[in-house]
Amino acid sequence: MHRIVSKKQLSEEVFRITVEAPYIAEARKPGQFVIVQRNSDYAERIPLTIADADPIRGTITLIFQTVGKSTHKLAELEVGQYIQNILGPLGRPTHIERFGRVVCVGGGIGAAPMYPIAQAMKQAGNHLIVILGARTKELLIMEEEMRAIADELIVVTDDGSYGRKALVTEPLKELCQASPRPDCVVAIGPPIMMKFCAETTRPFGIKTIVSLNTIMIDGTGMCGGCRVTVGEETKFVCVDGPEFDGHLVDFNNMMLRLSAYKEIEQKAHEECHLEMKLKEMNSAKGKGNP
Amino acid sequence: MIDTTKKLTPKERLAIPPQEMPAQDPIARRRNMEEVALGYSEEQARLEALRCLQCKNAPCIPSCPVRIDIPGFIAQIAEGNYKEALTILRESNLFPAICGRVCPQEVQCQSTCTVGRSLKDIDKAVSIGRLERFAADWERLHGELEVPPVKPSTGKRVAIIGSGPAGLAAAADLAKEGHQVTIFEAFHKPGGVMIYGIPEFRLPKAIVQREIEILERMGVKIITNFLVGRTRSLRDLLEKDGFDAIFIGSGAGLPKFMGIPGENLVGVFSANEYLTRANLMKAYEKGKADTPIYPAKRVAVLGGGNVAMDAARMAVRLGAEEVFVIYRRTEKEMPARVEEVAHAKEEGVIFRFLENAKRILGDEKSRVIGIECLSYQLGEPDASGRRRPVEIPGSEHVIEVDSVIVAIGNESHPLLLQTNPEIAVDKHGHIITDETGKTSMDRVYAGGDIVLGSATVILAMGQGRRAAASIHNFLMGNS
Ligand SMILES: Cc1cc2nc3c(=O)[nH]c(=O)nc-3n(C[C@H](O)[C@H](O)[C@H](O)COP(=O)(O)OP(=O)(O)OC[C@H]3O[C@@H](n4cnc5c(N)ncnc54)[C@H](O)[C@@H]3O)c2cc1C
Ligand SMILES: Cc1cc2nc3c(=O)[nH]c(=O)nc-3n(C[C@H](O)[C@H](O)[C@H](O)COP(=O)(O)OP(=O)(O)OC[C@H]3O[C@@H](n4cnc5c(N)ncnc54)[C@H](O)[C@@H]3O)c2cc1C
Ligand code: SF4
Ligand code: FES
Repeated sequence: MHRIVSKKQLSEEVFRITVEAPYIAEARKPGQFVIVQRNSDYAERIPLTIADADPIRGTITLIFQTVGKSTHKLAELEVGQYIQNILGPLGRPTHIERFGRVVCVGGGIGAAPMYPIAQAMKQAGNHLIVILGARTKELLIMEEEMRAIADELIVVTDDGSYGRKALVTEPLKELCQASPRPDCVVAIGPPIMMKFCAETTRPFGIKTIVSLNTIMIDGTGMCGGCRVTVGEETKFVCVDGPEFDGHLVDFNNMMLRLSAYKEIEQKAHEECHLEMKLKEMNSAKGKGNP
Repeated sequence: MIDTTKKLTPKERLAIPPQEMPAQDPIARRRNMEEVALGYSEEQARLEALRCLQCKNAPCIPSCPVRIDIPGFIAQIAEGNYKEALTILRESNLFPAICGRVCPQEVQCQSTCTVGRSLKDIDKAVSIGRLERFAADWERLHGELEVPPVKPSTGKRVAIIGSGPAGLAAAADLAKEGHQVTIFEAFHKPGGVMIYGIPEFRLPKAIVQREIEILERMGVKIITNFLVGRTRSLRDLLEKDGFDAIFIGSGAGLPKFMGIPGENLVGVFSANEYLTRANLMKAYEKGKADTPIYPAKRVAVLGGGNVAMDAARMAVRLGAEEVFVIYRRTEKEMPARVEEVAHAKEEGVIFRFLENAKRILGDEKSRVIGIECLSYQLGEPDASGRRRPVEIPGSEHVIEVDSVIVAIGNESHPLLLQTNPEIAVDKHGHIITDETGKTSMDRVYAGGDIVLGSATVILAMGQGRRAAASIHNFLMGNS
């Protein structure tokens, strides 16, 4: 059982929670994730990146976007309540090295898992450039945190409501064209963004690491549900990844595999919204007649 | 009716008809998860027990991997002394309710039974497994939950990695000796394959949970959501956490794929994934479970073992209209338990023998629409003595399906070993142990599928017990 010790809503759809998980807090390294399951009975096991950890207090921080039923249900939990199962830390840690100039691209919720990696890259002595992208101003997260550690921070929004009006690939391309060129690029965000980041850096031959967010169940390598094609090989994201060479990943296949349960998920999501609405209405009524 | 009070002659015994196992109606069970084989009635059990000739040489015993005193327990059932029967069973087998259900008796104890030989039909051997199950179930339904006595604490601590049959058996024996045992399990529920893989309709989870409850009452601690190698290393357990010895029973959890084109299409699953979604995550309880299962009307299952049977029969229950098992040899060579194959057939699973998948076909959205197969014929015997299947050139043909489940077996779980290179493994990734279960790392023992490759529940259990005995010797300083 893992008690939630703090909770904060970062944007309309994004939540940050800190939970007790002493072993994981002690062992985790940047780039690793956990599998979270609200309860053992009927809840789903979902992968979430460890955004931060405090080994002394024995807590880990998770930042997640409410995209479907399981993440909505997770967002309903309040401080003092418990998550029954958290397994981790999983996956291989990010390879941190003094590359020279490192560009970290965080798109949408991807900014959260990017944070510990950016932090470690900075600590390793790299010149750290961070590109943060979001659809719109309200969805932008981690700006303060990133600003505090980055040598350069570039913020873009799709609609121009904040920062520069651009997709993350535009400043990325400019950086690739400038001199000195980046020595390493790390991109985390929606699969389509990672795909285009990899396409952007490919002609420049700049090493590009992406962190894949496939569907997972166990997270320990025993089901193969998370498999992706990298180069000519099949890899399991949970044990061989989650980070891979972006120039070798078959993103099209990965995106199609992510959509395997789309219809079922959408239905569950809608029902979940309906349920939340009903709850809201009921509690409003409750307040009306004491 | 046979008079059970007087002693029967062997001839009379051989004349008693083999007792059929009552089972759920095949049509009804196609749509439910409840256990298929219902178990003998008391009368049936006693009749079946009377078929045993009580052979002096008891050829069944050496064919039992844990050498149960088979005529001994059967004689007790014949007398109506079910509790005594169970006591005899438990001397050699810690989990008779489980083994009575899942052991491949037809290639073990029943294969050498004199009754089957005399009647020239191995299917007519004494149903040792069913009797084992009867005795265990009788206690479960009529008796109190009995917790075996535990010796005074030795103050020694043992960590067990994995809660499959190997780990549970090792834990039980070590706890009885008074050692303090902690089981670390990666999943959120203990039981290993018996919980996540073997379906409810073959092995009700309540039975496994009961065995686990007994262990807990014996003082065994079970820590779930703990992946040794990631959450903490083997070294940490020995050096930081003060365990005196470790038993690794981490199983063969890595699913094998065929390596054919189309295997990463949407709608292709390993049997592990399919069964885990269905069993452990309860996806069959639609509307309740949050974990989805891929909706499919026509399913192809590749393979011919128990895993393939379980996947095929699960697909039937999850609403598939047609389920094909594609196996490249013939029925005779199939490694699955005979009973599972028979049950699968009754449930309408379609067997396509001497065929093998060549590639999986998808539509423009990468969703499975069919599987291209090649036909085979049997050629010369191979190293295993089975006739090698040889493909027939030009025999390609397509079976239309919307989902494919790959059930060609599992390999050893690589994670723990990747993170602990000191433990020597063979070329298949199986841990190498000596005859006592000891690995190349000091104070670390191993057993079960991680040592044997994909084996059986009873062999895993046997290995767990063997290692427990040597761990006990080591801890008490008399090895
Ligand atoms: C290694 C790893 C680390 C991750 N870290 C984070 C994190 O730190 N924060 C975070 O918010 N999310 C993270 N994710 C994604 C997160 O696991 C999914 O968003 C979550 O499982 C969705 O569950 P759900 O039931 O709420 O939505 P679902 O109903 O399952 O899905 C809703 C929608 O989201 C899409 N979707 C489903 N699964 C994923 C996925 N894995 N990634 C992207 N889209 C998906 C579906 O196609 C669907 O359109 C990570 C995924 C992986 C594999
Ligand atoms: C679908 C299916 C059907 C089968 N049917 C039969 C049958 O009918 N009869 C029969 O006799 N056998 C059958 N078998 C085989 C039998 O289940 C196995 O041989 C047996 O379970 C092996 O036991 P084990 O204890 O070695 O490992 P497992 O049962 O595999 O248990 C290993 C456990 O260790 C855990 N683990 C792994 N790594 C770690 C780690 N690093 N840290 C913590 N925990 C870890 C796993 O999560 C798992 O729970 C079947 C197998 C499958 C998959
Ligand atoms: S071989 Fe058959 S008949 Fe003989 S003792 Fe064993 S079970 Fe009984
Ligand atoms: S999530 Fe099951 S193997 Fe990766």
